Amino acid sequence: MELYLDLVSPPCRSVYLFAKALGIPFEFKLVELLAGQQYTEEFGKLNIVRKIPVMKDGSFVLTESTAILMYLVQKCSASVADHWFPADLQQRARVNEYLSWQHLNLRAHCSKVFLLKTLYPFVMGSEAPKEKMDVALEEMKESLNLKISLADLVALVEIMQPLGNGVDGFEGRPKLMAWRDRVKKELGEKLFDQTHERLLDAKGLQQKMQNNSQLQKIKPMLQKFFH
Amino acid sequence: MAVELFLDLNSQPCRSVYIFAKKNNIPFEFKKVSLMDGEHFGDEFGKINLIRKVPALRDRDFCLAESVAIMLYLADKFKTPDPWYPADIRQRARVNEYLSWQHAAIRLHGSKMFWLRLMIPKMGVDVPKDKMDAALEDLNASLKLIEDKFLGDRAFIAGDRMSLADLVAIVEIMQPVGSGLDVFEGRPKLGAWRDRVRAAVGEELFDEAHRTIMESQEWVKAMDGSTLQAFKPRILRMFM
Repeated sequence: MELYLDLVSPPCRSVYLFAKALGIPFEFKLVELLAGQQYTEEFGKLNIVRKIPVMKDGSFVLTESTAILMYLVQKCSASVADHWFPADLQQRARVNEYLSWQHLNLRAHCSKVFLLKTLYPFVMGSEAPKEKMDVALEEMKESLNLKISLADLVALVEIMQPLGNGVDGFEGRPKLMAWRDRVKKELGEKLFDQTHERLLDAKGLQQKMQNNSQLQKIKPMLQKFFH
Repeated sequence: MAVELFLDLNSQPCRSVYIFAKKNNIPFEFKKVSLMDGEHFGDEFGKINLIRKVPALRDRDFCLAESVAIMLYLADKFKTPDPWYPADIRQRARVNEYLSWQHAAIRLHGSKMFWLRLMIPKMGVDVPKDKMDAALEDLNASLKLIEDKFLGDRAFIAGDRMSLADLVAIVEIMQPVGSGLDVFEGRPKLGAWRDRVRAAVGEELFDEAHRTIMESQEWVKAMDGSTLQAFKPRILRMFM
């Protein structure tokens, strides 16, 4: 199985964390977003939407992290503990509810903060409007209070995103911090930290983006996103 | 006691839940929540769904939001026929893939088009041409992906049979249509798929579910714009 990933991207991290924590064997295929590798002809053939993560299991190609996570759960059902995607009707409904809600809520807002602070200055050539970011920050919400499931995983990687430029969503939120620590412990702290290494290496990210002409391909998307 | 479904058929995700429940003869009580009248901000509804959105489900003391979660719950509880959410791992993955992608794509773009064309002007706000053009471009891009990637050369998204993916897709695509923008024009492949979906759902049920949105140009014209003022700041921030 191949997983096309860049750990700077939250949905890539949830897929990576899940596969690694559960011991599901895969080949890591790096698609470096900040170098514009999602715009190559080759990658376009794999995924016309030009996004990651992408899973390739034999000849079967699948996009969308939540779909990939559910595929892995179904495929490896014998070795995946029930709590990740509970069989119980109501508990499963709660996970599905979160996974549906998060696209246009937590994911949207956390991505926005990251893009505004980290990417915007390099691509647009000026600082991003503070008010837009303040609004995005306000709208981050807490996760459900269940045993760790896919919902927690998907939520946590999103909340980690703004930390990529020092915006700490956990500050002043002890309940959220305690939840984060529980999720980290369940996954394995070393694995969690290693997964987030690239995101939290601000200098490294900046170095990558400096003088990178390929990055200009993101400009139209960013302009549209913020205007 | 039957399941309660809190719905407003002007809302796309309410339509998919409604059609799914009716088509599968799932007994439910239709609890109307009029969005235009702000009924989702009432105290009673807040107890059912903290996020104050429709659709919402209440099954005795269990409350659930999010149309996809609701339909999956109903599918499991009432053991609906396999094609809706196939047990086959690859077909199911295709359905999940579409259900995930659509949120930040066709759902967003179709909704925006409806608001920009009908509701925002009704609020007394002019929509600049460049915003309208950008919104149309986004909508066209999503429709192209639906045709090229999600349908391809298949009859339905997951294969030969209609699934939740097609249902969720069609209700979103119908939203801009309701605002007077015929997205099927010049898209014969999409139109043929729509006909198959409508036939699979049942024409009477499909049309009934879409009646109010298809009449939206009339009722928006007739409505008192002042009732929308409460939503104005939020809507403008979201779409403009």
